[in-house]
Amino acid sequence: MIGRRLLQILPVIVLATFVVFGLLQLVPGDIAVTLAGENATDARIAQIRQAYGLDQPFFVQYGKWLWNAAHLDLSRSYLSNEPVLDQILHRFPTTLLIVSLSLTISLVVGIPLGIVAATRPGSRLDTFVTSFASLGVALPNFWLAMILVATFALNWNIFPATGAVALSKDPSKALLHAALPAFALAAGGIAEVARQLRSALIEILSSQYVRTLHAKGLSPTAILWKHGLKNVSVTLLTVVGLLVNRLLGATVVVEAVFAIPGMGSLIVHAAIHKDFPVVQGVVLSMVVIVICMNLLIDILYAVLDPRVGRA
Amino acid sequence: MNGEPLLAVSGLGVHFRMGRQEVQATRDVAFSIQPGERVGIVGESGCGKTVTGLALLGLLPAATSRVEGSAMFEGQNIIGLAPRALRRVRGRKIGMIFQEPMSALDPVFTIGQQIGETIRVHFGATREDARTRAVAALASVGISSPERVHDSYPHQLSGGMRQRAMIAIALVCEPRLLIADEPTTALDVTIQAQIIDLLLDLSSRTGTALLFISHDLGVIAETCTRMITMYAGQVVEDAPVDFALVRPRHPYTSGLLRSLPRLSPRGAALPSISGRVPSLRDMPAGCRFAARCAHAQPGCDAPQIMASAAPDHLVRCARHADLDLPGALTELEKVA
Ligand SMILES: Nc1ncnc2c1ncn2[C@@H]1O[C@H](COP(=O)(O)OP(=O)(O)OP(=O)(O)O)[C@@H](O)[C@H]1O
Ligand code: SF4
Ligand SMILES: [Mg+2]
Repeated sequence: MIGRRLLQILPVIVLATFVVFGLLQLVPGDIAVTLAGENATDARIAQIRQAYGLDQPFFVQYGKWLWNAAHLDLSRSYLSNEPVLDQILHRFPTTLLIVSLSLTISLVVGIPLGIVAATRPGSRLDTFVTSFASLGVALPNFWLAMILVATFALNWNIFPATGAVALSKDPSKALLHAALPAFALAAGGIAEVARQLRSALIEILSSQYVRTLHAKGLSPTAILWKHGLKNVSVTLLTVVGLLVNRLLGATVVVEAVFAIPGMGSLIVHAAIHKDFPVVQGVVLSMVVIVICMNLLIDILYAVLDPRVGRA
Repeated sequence: MNGEPLLAVSGLGVHFRMGRQEVQATRDVAFSIQPGERVGIVGESGCGKTVTGLALLGLLPAATSRVEGSAMFEGQNIIGLAPRALRRVRGRKIGMIFQEPMSALDPVFTIGQQIGETIRVHFGATREDARTRAVAALASVGISSPERVHDSYPHQLSGGMRQRAMIAIALVCEPRLLIADEPTTALDVTIQAQIIDLLLDLSSRTGTALLFISHDLGVIAETCTRMITMYAGQVVEDAPVDFALVRPRHPYTSGLLRSLPRLSPRGAALPSISGRVPSLRDMPAGCRFAARCAHAQPGCDAPQIMASAAPDHLVRCARHADLDLPGALTELEKVA
């Protein structure tokens, strides 16, 4: 299974990085001018362009990058001359902390809400959860992020407004810095988890096999916690998979609002300056993460649902 | 009949709330089952057979349904019983099996887990004990490799095997009554016959009474000793199968019998009952079968009651005394 998956991954990586590289050409500005510094002569700029291979055709530049990447060499940043891999490894923990924190919040809050709503469909609590969920899905992350900064950081001074601290340096400070961005991202996640869980669980609880369980004399509690949860876990897994993908994308915007030095700000900064190796490196690592995540989820599917083939 | 009935249903009615309206799906259903007796409920789709079976065990959706009437079982009325007390009846005193064994079994638990939890909830048995009993139950429903089936998931079994497993689950606590709602309808013909034989065999071996629900009169005639005909939410005839087959007293039962290929006299054309069942929203106050009945007369618009047509034979038809309706078999054919 894993071998076949790897074969499917390669075209995805090539396609994603190629498209991003193509789009990068559309960004106005010229990195050679930036690198040459102020008041540089045309000759100096041309020289730099040649040194970095920027004068070569589009396909050649891309092909070279791909060739190196295939040999695990992600090149160096044009701007800082640092190895791209080092930059990514340095930034990644910050983004990972925010994404996993907001995923945790989404699940810890969303799952109980979904269960409570599903077991009392039509009740006031259910109506509340459902409307909260529609709101949460509709709210834009960046808007929520700005509201959170204004309220909790600037007005009340409970949380820091910007920046990040490494988890390895000071865990409690790191969490404090990650809290607001994680909450800004989690609102949509909570809503999505609660909504999907509710509808899947309602369907399960009104299914024929649950009727059989009642007919056998099981209590509603046993039915919900044993049979309901095991059956709904498959849906939950799907939701988590989609959520991780979405959080990784949304973190770019939220990191910008909170001025957090994570993967998001790294790629934004690099894209603005046409720092091609950095952009490609980040895209590549995101694709790899998403694919690994999906692979993990597929493996868990097979564990949770006996109908999924183990071939 | 003889002695105290195991189950005595009377005045059983089921109402459903649909939006603001309420419709009555069944009305004044009454019948009784003696210990060990095999009773069939027959009738066209939608006449209220399933709803009646579910109402007995309190399995209708609580939010949208309302049940009236009573069902005395072992000295207590099981209609409207408190949840805890009801759970001691379900699966333990009364088992139930359904039409679609695939959707009636939880897909993510093994057959063994699904039998074992029934044993544990009613007897508090240990895991090993539950396994031994579950395997024995699977063997008793004619499964030749009970150990393997015990550890299988529903999707790994054939339809017939699944229904056997379903029967094992329903009977593992040795209930006194088994309600079987169309247990063979979803199966191939050959498997159908096997499941019917199995139910007959189990019922006679263990003395478990059977309430067999089916739209197929042929299956009921093969399985049961007593037959209840339902039409549009009401019981219209209640008689021993032998009586009903030879001399039905209700035109609807007669019509069902005449349209049966297996039971009708050889070579005869198969008449079917024309016309449609009235909708739940506008039931006639008089005989509900009147619109389709060849014998309808002005007196039939009055509300019909169950009346005794012969000893142990009840019928809901104003004209039962003056009609001589054809059955599936004549006395002669039966003797031959
Ligand atoms: N949950 C429900 N909500 C509303 N109406 C229902 C519900 N369940 C059944 N009914 C209605 O009650 C009537 C009786 O249905 P029931 O399922 O008992 O029929 P049946 O005799 O078992 O037919 P079939 O042979 O198709 O199984 C039908 O008109 C059906 O539409
Ligand atoms: S009461 Fe009248 S209409 Fe109804 S079944 Fe009897 S004869 Fe037919
Ligand atoms: Mg039915």
